[in-house]
Parts: sequence; C-alpha cells; structure tokens
Amino acid sequence: MNSSKSWIKAYVPDLNCTDQEFFDAMTLSGTKTETYEPLDKNLDKIVVGQIDKIEPHPDADKLVICQVNIGTETIQIVTGANNMKEGDKVPVVLDGGRVAGGHDGGPLPEGGIKIKAGKLRGVPSAGMMCSIEELGSTRDFYPEAPEEGLYIFPQDTEVGADAVEVLGLHDTVFEFEVTSNRVDCYSILGIARETAATYKLPFKAPVVEVKEEADGNAKDMISVEIKDTDLCTNYCARVVKDIKIAPSPEWMQRRLASVGIRPINNLVDITNYVMMEYGQPMHAYDMSTIAGNKIVVKRANDGDTFVTLDGQERKLDKDVLMICDGEKEVGIAGIMGGENSMITDSVDTVLFEAATFNGPNIRKSAKRVGLRTDASGLFEKGLDPANALDAINRACQLVVELGCGKVVPGVVQVGLPIAPLKRIPLEADRINKLLGTDISKDEMVEILKREEVEYDAKTDEVIIPSFRQDLNQMCDIAEEVARFFGYDKIPTTLPKNSATTGGISFKMRVEKKAREVAQFCGFSQGYTYSFESPKVFDKLLLPEDAKERQAIRISNPLGEDFSIMRTISLNGILTSLATNYNRRNKDVRLYEMGNIYVPKSLPLTELPDERMQLTLGFYGEGDFYSMKGAVEEFLDSVHMLDKLTYDPNAGKPFLHPGRQANIVYDGEVIGYLGEVHPAVCDNYDIDTRVYVAVIDMPHVVEHAKFDTIYTGIAKFPAVTRDLSMVVPKNVLAGDIEKMIRQRGGKKLESLELFDIYEGAQIKEGFKSMAYSLSFRDKEKTLEDEEVAAAMKKILNGLESLNIELRS
Amino acid sequence: MISEQLDKIREEALKQIESSDGLEKLNEIRVNVLGKKGELTSILKSMKDVAPEDRPKVGQLVNETREAIEKVLEETKSKMEAAARDAKLKAEVIDVTLPAKKNKVGHRHPNTVALEEVERIFTGMGYEVVEGPEVEKDYYNFEALNIPADHPAKDEQDTFYITGDLLLRTQTSSTQVHEMEKGRIPIKMIAPGRVFRADEVDATHSPSFHQVEGLVIDKDITFADLKGTLAEFAKQLFGPDTKTKFRPHHFPFTEPSAEMDVSCFKCGGKGCRFCKGEGWIEILGCGMVHPHVLEMSGIDPNEYVGFAFGVGLERIALLKYEIDDMRLLYENDIRFLNQF
Repeated sequence: MNSSKSWIKAYVPDLNCTDQEFFDAMTLSGTKTETYEPLDKNLDKIVVGQIDKIEPHPDADKLVICQVNIGTETIQIVTGANNMKEGDKVPVVLDGGRVAGGHDGGPLPEGGIKIKAGKLRGVPSAGMMCSIEELGSTRDFYPEAPEEGLYIFPQDTEVGADAVEVLGLHDTVFEFEVTSNRVDCYSILGIARETAATYKLPFKAPVVEVKEEADGNAKDMISVEIKDTDLCTNYCARVVKDIKIAPSPEWMQRRLASVGIRPINNLVDITNYVMMEYGQPMHAYDMSTIAGNKIVVKRANDGDTFVTLDGQERKLDKDVLMICDGEKEVGIAGIMGGENSMITDSVDTVLFEAATFNGPNIRKSAKRVGLRTDASGLFEKGLDPANALDAINRACQLVVELGCGKVVPGVVQVGLPIAPLKRIPLEADRINKLLGTDISKDEMVEILKREEVEYDAKTDEVIIPSFRQDLNQMCDIAEEVARFFGYDKIPTTLPKNSATTGGISFKMRVEKKAREVAQFCGFSQGYTYSFESPKVFDKLLLPEDAKERQAIRISNPLGEDFSIMRTISLNGILTSLATNYNRRNKDVRLYEMGNIYVPKSLPLTELPDERMQLTLGFYGEGDFYSMKGAVEEFLDSVHMLDKLTYDPNAGKPFLHPGRQANIVYDGEVIGYLGEVHPAVCDNYDIDTRVYVAVIDMPHVVEHAKFDTIYTGIAKFPAVTRDLSMVVPKNVLAGDIEKMIRQRGGKKLESLELFDIYEGAQIKEGFKSMAYSLSFRDKEKTLEDEEVAAAMKKILNGLESLNIELRS
Repeated sequence: MISEQLDKIREEALKQIESSDGLEKLNEIRVNVLGKKGELTSILKSMKDVAPEDRPKVGQLVNETREAIEKVLEETKSKMEAAARDAKLKAEVIDVTLPAKKNKVGHRHPNTVALEEVERIFTGMGYEVVEGPEVEKDYYNFEALNIPADHPAKDEQDTFYITGDLLLRTQTSSTQVHEMEKGRIPIKMIAPGRVFRADEVDATHSPSFHQVEGLVIDKDITFADLKGTLAEFAKQLFGPDTKTKFRPHHFPFTEPSAEMDVSCFKCGGKGCRFCKGEGWIEILGCGMVHPHVLEMSGIDPNEYVGFAFGVGLERIALLKYEIDDMRLLYENDIRFLNQF
C-alpha cells in the first residue's frame, strides 16, 4: 500500500515531522513502513521561468538561444528543444542545480544529474529548461506534458516560483506493509487514521455531501436484485447523467500519480481516487448498455464465457459471481467489467456500482479466471459493507465538484442489513494482566478513542467502528492499547512460575551422539531436500517392484525433480558427493541426519512413518573397512557393539555385489553399508569408488544405552597365543571369529586379526590369516594347561572349517 | 701393607675415573676395580692371610675404599648422563613452524551450529526440545492455529499438498498444537524442524528450510514475559550488548502479535551495509497465544495464557555467519562446510 505524505496530510493537516520520523513512528505503532522515496530528492534549484525571446544559434541548426525571465533576473539558456514559443512558462534548472534524469526518460541515476552553466557550441548558457522526464516523472503521470520537449506550465503560473512545488513534487511516497487483518488500512483514509492516532492529532475525514442536480430518482431508473447473497452481501448503485468526459484536475492527477496510478479521465480517475481513498473498488457502467433497467447479481454457469473490458475472453464456472442486466452478463463481480458495458467517450449516463463481495470467493475466482486486478485484490480481503455507501457518495460528490456530470437523486441499496456496531467489554484489569502493564482505564479509553473506538461508560463497553472487523475480543483490544501505549514501554520480565526442567529427548541425544561420532570420524554434515525426483529410483538401479518406489507424491510440486518424498536417503548424499567430486574436492566425507517418509499405504490416508536416517558417504582416502569403522565407532558409543554382526547377503542393487553388508543388531537389520555400485557412480558422474552406510535411527534409539558399568581392570597376567592359519577363501572372518569365541570359553579375553594375506606362497583358493588370542582369568594366574585345553578346542573347530595351521 | 695397597687402588681408580671419556669406560673401571674379579675383591679374597684379629679392621678399610670409589663413580656417571641427555636434546631441535598434522575431524552444518546455540539458550531457561511430524494434517498446520479454510494466509504460504487433508507443514507452529493437546501444563518448549513452502530456489529462498518454534503456557504469563524472554535470547545469541525492538504485527494464532528486531550485531546499531543502514535486523515473529487457539487445543483461555514465537534457523545462520546465498546451505560443498 503506497501513499504520499501530502495525501495523508489532507486528512491529518497538523502532521509535521520528517520523513524518517514518520517512517519510524508508523512502524512502531504497527503500520510497518517498508521504504520511502522523496520525489524531490534529486531536484534542486528549479524555478518557473518565462521565455521572453527565442533566437537561432549562429553555429547550430538544432539549437536555439532563449532569454528566460526567472523572476529575479533574465538569463540566457541554449536548448535543443523546439516545442516552446515566446511567452511560455517552463521549469528552469539554475547553475548548480540538479535534475533527476535525462530527457530520454531512461533509468534515473542515483544522485541525479548536476547542471552547470557553460557554453553550447560557443554560446553561454546559464542553466537548463526541463522536460517532465528530467524531473523524474513521465507523461503517464503528467499527461499534459508534451510527447517530446519542455514541460510547459499553465499561463497563470507565477514566474520565479518553485517549479517543484508547482508540480507537486515536494512530496514523499511511503510504502506500507499492511497486515492481512487490517483491511481498513488498504486505503489512504485508513493510513491517515493510524497516523492521527500515532501522533495524537485530529483526523479530518472528508465531509461527504452530494448535490443531486439531475431530475428523477435512481430508484425509478434501475433495480438491483442479488440472487446469491452468500457471495454478495451489499450492492449500492447511483446514476449520473450528462457526463462530460475531460481530464481530471491537476490535484487529483497528482495524487493518483504519486501512488502510481496513471490519470486517464475524470470519470475513471474518480473511481480510482475513491478506491485509493476509501479502499472500496467501484465500477462504472454505460447506462445505455444496461438492458431492462436492471442489475442482477448471480453465479455464472459452468462453461460460460465472457469478454472482459480488456478484450479477453474469460472462461467461467458456477462459482464465479457475475453482474448481469436484464438480458446478459455485464461484468465479473469484483474482478473486471465487461467489454459490452464499458464507458466510452460518448457516454451520457453512468451507473456507479459499489458493492461488497465474499472475499474468499473473489480470491478463488480471480485465480480460476486468471485475472487478478487491483479491485479483486481488495475485495478478496473481505471489505466493510458499511464502507460502500460512503464510497459511492464520495464518488458522486467528486463528480459534481469536477463538473463531470449531474447526479440523479437517490441511492439503490440492496443486500443484507448492515450489522449493528460490535460492543466488547473493556476489561482493563485483564488487559493489564495480559500485557504485564499498569495502564489506567482512562488512558486506555483515551488511546482507543484516537482510533475511533468509543467507550460507553454506562455499560463499560467499547464500541467498535464497522471498519475494524479485526477487533472481536479482549486480546484484540489489548493489542490496540499496547500499540499506542508503545510496545517499547511495556516492561521486560521473565516468567515467574513455570517451573520446568527442560532438556532434550533420548532420541535427540542418540542423534546428537551419532552426529558427534560421524564428525569425529571425519564426516561433515550435509543437509539435502526431503523431496526429490522419481528418477532417483532408476539412478539407484532399484527394480520396478522395489518397496522404495512406493513413495508419497506431492500434488503441487515445484517440478518433477521435487515431486516425491524420499523413501531412501542415499540420493541426497550421493548428489552432494557428486557436487564435490565435480568441483575436484579431494577426500570428501559427508553425512546427513534426515528423515525418510515411508507411507503406510498409498494413496496416503494417514501420516507416513518418518524415519530418521544417519547416512554416511565418502570417496577418496579409505575403503569399505573405514566405513565399517565409522559405523562401529557410533554403535560402540551407544553400547551396541556386543550384539553387532554383518550379513553379506544384503541384496542392495545400488551397492557392489561383493562389497555390501547389512548391519545386524541382535538378529535385526538396523542398516547397511557398502561400496556404491559402479553403474550407480556412473549415474552420478562420480569416477571413483564411493562408500556409503545408512543406519535406521529408530532401531538404534530402541537399543542405545549411555550408561557404562565398570568392569575391574585385570590384576592377573594374560596369556597370549598366536594362530597362523591357511583358510579357504570363501570362509568369512566373521565365522572364524564366532567359532573361536564360542570355543575359547570364558577365559578368552580378546582376539585380534593381525595379518591377512593372499598370493605367493599361499596355495590357490586359500588365504593366510593370523590371529592373536589373549586369555586371562580375573581371579588368578592362568595355568598353562587351561590355555592348552581351550586352544585344543579351537584347533578342533578350525578343522571343521577346513582350516589348516601354517607350519 | 694392605692399607698401602688399598690406597694405591683407590688412587689409581680415581685417576682412571677422572680421565674416563664415557659411560662404557666408567663401567670397565667399575668391573676392574669392584667386580668379582676386580682388584678390591682380590684383596678381600686374600683376607685369609690376615691375622684373625686384624680382619675386622682390614674389612672396614676395604669397604671404605669401595664406598669412596663407588661414590665418585656414581657422581661421574650422573654428570656424564646429564651431559649425554643435553647433547641428545640439542640434536633433536625441530622446526616448530612446520605444518601441523591434523586429525581429520568433520564439521557441523551451519544450521546445526545455529540450532545448537538456540537449544543451549532455551534448555538453559528450562525449555524442553520437542519434535513434530513434517508431513502434517491440515488441521494442525492451519485450522488449529486460527487459519480456517478460507483464510488468505493459507494462500500466502504456498503450501505443498499431498492430499486434500495432508500436507508438508509450512511452519513448526503445528508442533505447538500437538504439545498443547497433551494437556500437560505448564508448557515451556521449543520445537525445531524442517518446514516447506512452494518457493523457487534462489539466493534468499528455499522450498525447504528450518524453523524453531517456542511456546510457553501457564497461569499469569504476560506480554512483558515474552519481551523479557526474547530479549534474553537475543543477548545470548548475538552478544550482551544486543538491543531488541518489538513492533506490532499480525499472526492469526497470536494476539497481540509482534515482530522482533535486534540491533545490528555488525555495526552495533549505527547502520551499515549489513543492516541496510537501518541499524536493526528483523529476527522473529511472536505474540500472546490467541485464546481461540488455546480453546481449540483443550486449554481454558480464562485460566491459562501463553506466548509463542517462531524464528527461521537459516535466517540466523545466514546473518550470524554472513553467508550471502542460501543455496550454499544445501549444496554441501566441503569447502563451505569445513568453515563451521
């Protein structure tokens, strides 16, 4: 919402502050000011001059020499313009002054353009005469300006006067961010009312009186019927005869221009002016096109089409509200009028409409019809029905003032009765209790009165003006009081009671531990999107019937690439690794802690299972076992190492078939790890080996423990035995270790693989493995015989696995 | 006779010790003089030739000699060892300015750094950190927060829908409702999490980002408490000199509502490029929980009041760490992450 300061001052005449003060004060009282732009910020030393004499330039065909009277003296100016004649009054920039832009109307330079006296083709020139573009504006806003050349003032303009003042450019345009609850502030009057309340100044709304000079009565000329009162609650119509289309007066043009509305003619300008001033959109129909002297407001039919006044054919449906006459549709309610009833220069009688439509319906209709206008933008906020009559009367008042036509007596108003004004108890104690303040009731009453919220002492109630539809209960009144009392004056305290212990959940603790361990293992944390492309499944070589393909689809995604909720977390980390690989970053280790979304059924009828995944990935230094190490560091940190096993038959199509494993805890799969399949690497354009691990965190949270129970440090010496073996290649280390542990008994304290070797000196199909076993008795020094017995059992076990001892 | 011999041995030994050039030589002397076959031992062995009444005296003399030699031997050895260590240390001088051998430790994402800061501050004030679902029911994301079906805010937020009733939450405020429905009061919680809005990706927008919601419900909670709590939060997050400014604003689920600005932590409020010359930076939205919101979640608004606030995590991360493009947060370039 834009407004010039001068327009606001029209209703708050005592307002006297700098632009910055105004900006700050309005923002602090709740009318947030985004920016402001002084229209004259680059206009300096510009006066009204009269051209006394025009002579040709001796050395240049396209230049002329002018003698210009600037009130105090007459100066010589050389110009290339040719649209002026002797006696014309023009804006003149004096030596050392500034203008906003060039005469071509291009982008305005920051800081403007400085003008200095000088010589043009050898002839001294003491300044410059300006076009409207040089003054920073355009013909759109100053339609009386010539297409090319100098701006020429009306003959009655005073010579020597401040030209910027005459043009109304000593003004500042403020841009306000109006919140959706303050529909009333989408109007200059609303902003002015807030201004007056902020500065404790009188607010002077326009006094609306309509001189009804024409014969007859509107009620005899037009009847209005609302068929769909759910979509239109109020419709006001007035008739104006003897329309004379002409430019509107300068003051109106200037005000419209200041808020970015192009002046067109008196009739259009009046409706736009009232829309800005009152926040009530209006429409004008050519009365001669209205059949049957009748307006009917009703829904369109599915499949209807209608040509709006911009010449476009629009598709309608049964939820689009239409304005119709006795025979046909003449406008889309609240959005745009029809071509068939539009005003032309030959119009004689006009029907003004000011109505109140259902906001959400207008919003949805505008979307479906594909036409969002200034009017629909206002209507969709839900307007005050009481405002329509004021606005239409104000428009008629301006018609008379501007000599635009003669108003026919009478207003046709139909619709639901305007609701009586709301009353809310003024609960001063509760307000103070809510705010933590000690504001007297009298002060509250005074504050509210500034906003036209009156107090009825008899009933101890406040009376809410109709334009404040947002005020409904005590907390709303409290905000009004707080705003003008000053948020900054409310004390700052901390909650007094509220004894709570706070903290994070066990789940979050486990996740935090996982992040810490991942970082400790050299992985940096990434964040990737939760939605991705369905092509991900193909990139990961998942078969058509893979359960991961059962993913939730977003019905209105940003695009196919963001259309499904991930059911597998790998794509994010692989994409991030690919980004790093592509940028030639070496040895990259990344992890992510994020949800996957597993639907319980599709289409989705209940919330999906959101499962937190710890996803690790790296390329560069390291191998499968480095990844395995990271996994075990984490599981060790939550005391889950004891029941941890690996199953090489993980069956993951996106992993190397010989280098993958499920991570199994106590017989339950809690994740997987492996080397990424080279075909998948190709799909991500990574030309090196990539290792990943995914751990399903809910499974970990279920078993994780943070408490450690201390076991005494051994007092008695350990006995170590080394086992050097030749093992068939297909026998897994995990199986050997399992067997050794089972057979080693309680005294076997630890075993450690210290060598593994394949190749020369080892027969084909076998590998050499060497373990160091450590035995210990916590109670006494071990006897050799006990160790020998345990070793014998183990050796027997080796035989069963076809393992030979190395000689 | 023996005493002369002993004096000679001692004299000779001390001479040799003095002229010895290392620990090895010293040991040789020890063996030659004091060892099993050493000179002193051989004198002891010849004791059988000494008259029995003289033996104790001779024995004493031998021991005195031994002790005297041993003492000097020990002293010389200590000196030599110290000299040897000094020489070794001198030889071991290194260039301490050569590059460090670092452990390759990973780094937190700036979002997490910011989140952990926020969590630290609020858990310290007794807040519980809770979570809610990211795929959410319309009711929790909108209706229960005073945003009914026809409310314009529903359009403004550009929601991703899955079905008519299920959507990707647009705000962590939905977690407020879950928490209130549990019916355990007082509530003091923050709810961090991922939210989604249909914004195209650019330097300042992302269709997926993070918020931290805060909610306090109890008897006698005031707007002043809200101000005090958030002012404290700002001081802890941005530094003890941080000032806060509360501006009236509008949110459907709070009334009165406010936006909080903090004094620019780069320039201290004087105005700089960072705060666009304003001296203030907008940080969060907040307000007193709307009575209708309390009521819908089964809390009696006549008995209980509360305040709520919501802050964008990325916004804090971008501001605090001067990151100029939001896309960096989701690319996961290691050169970016390693800085946090």
